[in-house]
Amino acid sequence: MSASAVHSLWTTAAEPIDKIGAPDIEYGQLSPTLIVIGAAVLGVLVEAFVPRKTRYYAQVFLSVVALAAAFAAVIGLAAGGYATTKSGIVAMGAVAVDGPALFLQGTILLAGILGVFTFAERRLDPAAHGNRVDSFAAQAASVPGSDSEKAAVKAGFTTTEVFPLLLFAVGGMLIFPAANDLLTLFIALEVFSLPLYLLCAVARRKRLMSQEAAVKYFLLGAFASAFTLFGIALLYGYAGSVKYGTIARVVDGTVGEVSPALAGTMGNDALLLIGAAMVVMGLLFKVGAVPFHMWTPDVYQGAPTPVTGFMAAATKVAAFGALLRLLYVVLPGLRWDWRPVMWAVAIVTMLGGAIVAITQTDIKRLLAYSSIAHAGFILAGVIATTPDGVSSVLFYLGAYSFVTIGAFAVVTLVRDAGGEATHLSKWAGLGRRSPLVAAVFAVFLLAFAGIPLTSGFAGKFAVFKAAAEGGAGAIVVVGVISSAIAAFFYIRVIVLMFFSEPRPEGPTVAVPSPLTMTAIGVGVAVTLVLGVAPQYFLDLASQAGVFVR
Amino acid sequence: MSFPLLTATAVLPALGAIATAAVPAARRTAAKWLALIVSLATLVLAAVVLVRFDPDGDRYQLTESHAWIKDFGVRYELGVDGIAVAMIALTALLIPFIILAGWHDADPLETGSKRWRPTQGFFALILLVEAMVIISFEATDVFLFYIFFEAMLIPMYFLIGGFGDRAHEHGEAAASTQRSYAAVKFLLYNLVGGLIMLAAVIGLYVVAGNFSLTQIAEARANGTLDMATSTERWLFLGFFFAFAVKAPLWPLHTWLPNAMQESTAPVAVLITAVVDKVGTFAMLRFCLQLFPEASTWATPAILVLALISIIYGALLAVGQRDIKRLVAYASISHFGFIVLGIFAMTSQGQSGATLYMVNHGISTAALMLVAGFLISRRGSRLIADYGGVQKVAPVLAGTFLIGGLATLSLPGLAPFVSEFLVLVGTFARYPVIGIIATVGIVLAALYTLVLYQRTMTGPVKAEVEGMPDLRVRELVVVAPLIVLLIFLGVYPKPVTDIVNPAVKQTLSDVQKKDPQPEVEASK
Repeated sequence: MSASAVHSLWTTAAEPIDKIGAPDIEYGQLSPTLIVIGAAVLGVLVEAFVPRKTRYYAQVFLSVVALAAAFAAVIGLAAGGYATTKSGIVAMGAVAVDGPALFLQGTILLAGILGVFTFAERRLDPAAHGNRVDSFAAQAASVPGSDSEKAAVKAGFTTTEVFPLLLFAVGGMLIFPAANDLLTLFIALEVFSLPLYLLCAVARRKRLMSQEAAVKYFLLGAFASAFTLFGIALLYGYAGSVKYGTIARVVDGTVGEVSPALAGTMGNDALLLIGAAMVVMGLLFKVGAVPFHMWTPDVYQGAPTPVTGFMAAATKVAAFGALLRLLYVVLPGLRWDWRPVMWAVAIVTMLGGAIVAITQTDIKRLLAYSSIAHAGFILAGVIATTPDGVSSVLFYLGAYSFVTIGAFAVVTLVRDAGGEATHLSKWAGLGRRSPLVAAVFAVFLLAFAGIPLTSGFAGKFAVFKAAAEGGAGAIVVVGVISSAIAAFFYIRVIVLMFFSEPRPEGPTVAVPSPLTMTAIGVGVAVTLVLGVAPQYFLDLASQAGVFVR
Repeated sequence: MSFPLLTATAVLPALGAIATAAVPAARRTAAKWLALIVSLATLVLAAVVLVRFDPDGDRYQLTESHAWIKDFGVRYELGVDGIAVAMIALTALLIPFIILAGWHDADPLETGSKRWRPTQGFFALILLVEAMVIISFEATDVFLFYIFFEAMLIPMYFLIGGFGDRAHEHGEAAASTQRSYAAVKFLLYNLVGGLIMLAAVIGLYVVAGNFSLTQIAEARANGTLDMATSTERWLFLGFFFAFAVKAPLWPLHTWLPNAMQESTAPVAVLITAVVDKVGTFAMLRFCLQLFPEASTWATPAILVLALISIIYGALLAVGQRDIKRLVAYASISHFGFIVLGIFAMTSQGQSGATLYMVNHGISTAALMLVAGFLISRRGSRLIADYGGVQKVAPVLAGTFLIGGLATLSLPGLAPFVSEFLVLVGTFARYPVIGIIATVGIVLAALYTLVLYQRTMTGPVKAEVEGMPDLRVRELVVVAPLIVLLIFLGVYPKPVTDIVNPAVKQTLSDVQKKDPQPEVEASK
């Protein structure tokens, strides 16, 4: 410790301290997030003051309107050039408004709207005591199997809190990929994670499993958050700032001045490497990359299926957005250090997800492992470190989220006496009983498998092309091999649906309300349109492919 | 802008497929007729393509080119050379027969089940496959080709897995299991091949920056596009692997016997006579043009594989107990000949190979469809279950014999010409391989004649007694095919005239000249 540093502990500088002025907030450019968070707060008030009978309608209306308005705001910002020429850093350097941020925010909002539709579905479960019920517990706080639960069911309670929770989650997700300093990143992470932990716990059926999933998700998620936070502290120690731009400049060596308080640690590469690794680890946990994927199958299986669909789509979009920004804005100077590691992560994620998925017998677990494999494919685009890499990842995320929501929405339709029939053996012969539902699910599976003329193929081609151009030919080869392995289990489900004899006691397909139908219909339409004519969306993604720094 | 003839030829069956699928459940027969009419209309369009095509004109004719996916450097580019025209004509010709032969294959087992509509689906899928096959013959953009090369697996998969033979010795449940096994095997083999090709397609883009076959081939020819030798070889292998699975070439062939055995006879014809041709066609069009040096480099190995296919396929055909499996192994042997002709790199060899694709399509269709009629009568695929059919059903036996003789390349029937050309072409450059390949012909005679002898001649088996002869619909299917076999056997010039200029150009891509006959210097 230098003499002056010690000295400064008990003396104050002679100059007067600057007044802390009011921060400049660009409300217009932050409007998508503000609308959603505001609506979420309103939703809490609705819970408190609106009569129980009308709460459901009020909440659904509020959520859809808020998300649609936020989406309109995103479109407005993009049309106003904030994605390209006017992109910049707002809210005192905390949030970036640029192409990738707006593109991902738009995707998350659309996923959120479809998510609300599936959350609001009330025609699938048979009515309990004359009340229409959705996928969520009558009263989440009552112990499963207890008298209070029975009373809640009998009284026709519904957990309408899920809608504000979803809005809070979406709000956090909107900031997450746009966060431009590490603290904002962390706060956004917590803002979207906590509602998701809660949402996982409130399934109407199989409540214990749902709660177990939530606890697992929470514990592992908290652990990952702790890592992230520790990494942020170390990075602060290294750079003397949590701002992305400043850290990047310190990494580049273009910052001369050393903060006196941090003179001992600043510029210490060990801090940088360990800190960066820990922050990246936290993000890899959220995207479900191997070896941080352990929570995925249990949580996907235990959570209420509409939540699973929303979470699988939107979390992945948000987390990959944040990962991209971190790697491309903060750590490009460290590229030669993180690329080999990310290579390894991408390879084990692709192979691990695809191989383990083969042995799955539950459709939700199968889709969970499939989502791990897809995280690997997306990582292949992330490590390309080219503008094409960014835009291919953006495109893939957009394509993937619609397929995912659609697929999980179909899962909610196939039911037997115990609720959703998720065991694969129960899906045997579904194609004979309900050709349309099976055909729609087959379209989603083919898109997951990356068969041409679906969005999955266009996305996969985009990321692999970017990876190959970025010099990662080996990743492409591993990618196609994992695609082949993955194709096996997608095909297996198709075989089961179309070529197996239906079981006599097999599940029935519930006829959903227009809400779920819309979610599925949009999913199919986007899957096919992005497969046949992806040019417009590729253009959009490549215009949006530049980060502001 | 002129009328997009090539697009129309592919779009018509695709629209027909949608229309057929949309026919109400009760109107089963209407769906069949609709499919047949669409396939005939497609045949007319294909005929127009044939007429409009000028063999001595530009290399690629009737071209269409539109922007499609700019970001991937992909254009919607179509164009046909002589080889493609021949293949389109073959496809369009065979589909009506396939539809007609499969007229009752997808009728529901029990009446009154209105929900499940296999009939409409069956014919719609056949038309969909036709559309995809035709467009992959027309595509001159590698990406466009790839998309349909892969996408056609899906309708094929449902055709194999969803509609098998009614007849099965172990009952419907066992049949269903085996069918889905065959379908999955088909799909996985081809999907793996296709995905490996995808890596090569991406690699090609990284090297060349676009997907246009003509542009890349031109840039390669005039030296503006330089590929490292190892890169070219890897890319070639990626492409060739996919085509060798599709063709299929030993040792990647094992899906074909399963698929043909389990599917109905018309679908088996669709696989081997139409879809598999895309593989050998693509070797000619893409492997040789895009990677001429690597093709030359790989030739010895490929010739050996082709030779093994010829002998191995024929030997296994001799030992089969199942009629359809026998035809499948015979086809593997024939695909060996086609690949041999392509990679012999002589004009006779490649003309012969192209002609072989056409002739093999027709002859296999004739043999397999008659075999299908036979099987549907007795309800068994096993050779041992038949005997003396020619006494009961002479027309059936006669047509079966002609189909068989065509398969063994009897002079006077079409396959003879092509097989002869392939062997001559091979012999000119690789005499030893040519000689060994000839063994395949001998074995072909063995398996065909043994098949005929065991099923058609001898004492009439009790179960065969009273077997009806060919019906009118079946005759309508078989007769034109036989006429064609004889016509092209005697007068193959119409086909060779179209094919030859294209073959010459392909050979010049690989910078190969026919070996000149050597005159021994007199002492």
